[in-house]
Amino acid sequence: MSGRHTLILRQSFLPVLTVAAVLLVVWYAAAIKMNATWTYDQAARAGTQPSFSEVVSDTMQQDRPLLPVPHQVASELWKTTVLKKITSKRSMIYQGTITLKTTLWGFALGIVVGVSMAAIIVLSRVGRLSLMPWAIISQTIPIVALAPMIVILSNAAGAGSLLVPKAIIAAYLSFFPVMVSMVKGLTSPDHMQLDLLRTYGAKKSAVFWKLRVPASMPYFFASLKVSVAAAFVGAVVGELSTSAISGLGARMLIGSQFGEPMIMWAALFAAAILAALLIFTVGAIEKILRRTMGGQPV
Amino acid sequence: MKQPVINVSGVDLTFQTNDGPIHALKDVNLEINKGDFVSFIGPSGCGKTTLLRCIAGLETPTGGDLTVNGLSPTEARKARSYGYVFQAAGLYPWRTIGGNVKLPLEIMGFSKAEQVERVRKVLELVDLEGFEKKYPWQLSGGMQQRASIARALAFDADILLMDEPFGALDEIVRDHLNEQVLKLWDRTEKTIAFVTHSIPEAVYLSTKIVVMSPRPGRITDIIDSPLPKERPLDIRDSPEFIEIAHRVRDGLRAGHEE
Repeated sequence: MSGRHTLILRQSFLPVLTVAAVLLVVWYAAAIKMNATWTYDQAARAGTQPSFSEVVSDTMQQDRPLLPVPHQVASELWKTTVLKKITSKRSMIYQGTITLKTTLWGFALGIVVGVSMAAIIVLSRVGRLSLMPWAIISQTIPIVALAPMIVILSNAAGAGSLLVPKAIIAAYLSFFPVMVSMVKGLTSPDHMQLDLLRTYGAKKSAVFWKLRVPASMPYFFASLKVSVAAAFVGAVVGELSTSAISGLGARMLIGSQFGEPMIMWAALFAAAILAALLIFTVGAIEKILRRTMGGQPV
Repeated sequence: MKQPVINVSGVDLTFQTNDGPIHALKDVNLEINKGDFVSFIGPSGCGKTTLLRCIAGLETPTGGDLTVNGLSPTEARKARSYGYVFQAAGLYPWRTIGGNVKLPLEIMGFSKAEQVERVRKVLELVDLEGFEKKYPWQLSGGMQQRASIARALAFDADILLMDEPFGALDEIVRDHLNEQVLKLWDRTEKTIAFVTHSIPEAVYLSTKIVVMSPRPGRITDIIDSPLPKERPLDIRDSPEFIEIAHRVRDGLRAGHEE
């Protein structure tokens, strides 16, 4: 390994690993403390006096602990991803693909809506005055309050499955960062660049396609990472608030309602891993597109 | 009598600002003939750039008459009568050098084959052959400005308007580019209007030097240069050159003291 790589490893991984290690220690300590109550209760009922090491080992083996320890969550995650068949409803991969599908539909819808709104806002004064305030107001209304209405309305409109309302909820959260960035991006060309096109006698459409759109691309890419994360949150919230029975959000809810903390925590971690993968993928696509657009390597 | 390419008569321009009106140009009269190389020189705020922008139809005078090729500036702009070079190169970072030079051609609807041919030709004219596929960030500032000149030349308008194109470059690069611009002017026989705040640059390049003063922006002197068309860099040490430079300096000083 070259010196440069070791340096990068030391600079970027070491701090992350240190924080992770600290979190793990805190987690184990908290789990022992919280779960010990139950252990002592059991022991009192059985009339025994457990030693400290017995207590510690018991807190890590309970079926329904208040707070499962990390290795229990990891083993549950392993069981429900690698060992379970993908078609099983208990497989996190099966549940994850449902959430992923909702996320991607919501993300796509969010991009379309966000970009179109930005174009209207930039191109027309009426659009600027009428759309922008509503877009901002839309983000102040909690999505959980709107979710039931979105479900009812999309059912009434003849959407067969829950996918449509869930995707709409995901899009509702993800369009906003795209729109704000695109408005900024489409208006980023300065006076000189606009004057240059005027000296060519360029039409408004040429200014839009040849200057505004390409100039907005860095802003667009930057917004995608935020937007895909928002779409993912929207998808999970959508599953929680539409009384869906599948998807990672639904697994979390089921885990908490049926007293299965392991499922809840495993679903939570599956969601975190999926979100990380999504952001990483979008980041990689962004890098490739940037390079094909002549970007200076950073 | 032959019609001047650019005719400015009695042009006035007042900007309305929050701090009250600003008299940017006052009673400006000027004729620029075909093939002239005219420099506008003066301190900042003398309206030299504003005058150039009026000629380009980017600003509208509040009084007087201005024609370009016998048309109003706006008509001339829409008829693509001139190429304009700005202070900064302003190349699109997402386009290659070739792509940047092609931009006006795409907008004006030249055929694909013609675009390729013209890009090749103007890049050769500014000594940038072989850089067509490079991106702007891969070029030096001087090369970028040359690419922007190529872009202004691509559609072969008769008039070239240049607004302090080399103002941001160092002395050595500037000398080199001045030489190139003269060669280019000689080869293409264009009419060039050139804004600068450098006396040697103005004297070296021009057939006609327009000295301007601020508050209100106006012309204080118009000098027809007696220098020959063939100008090596060391002409700047000749007595004629120094004499003209002296007159320009006097004009600038006079404008300041009034």
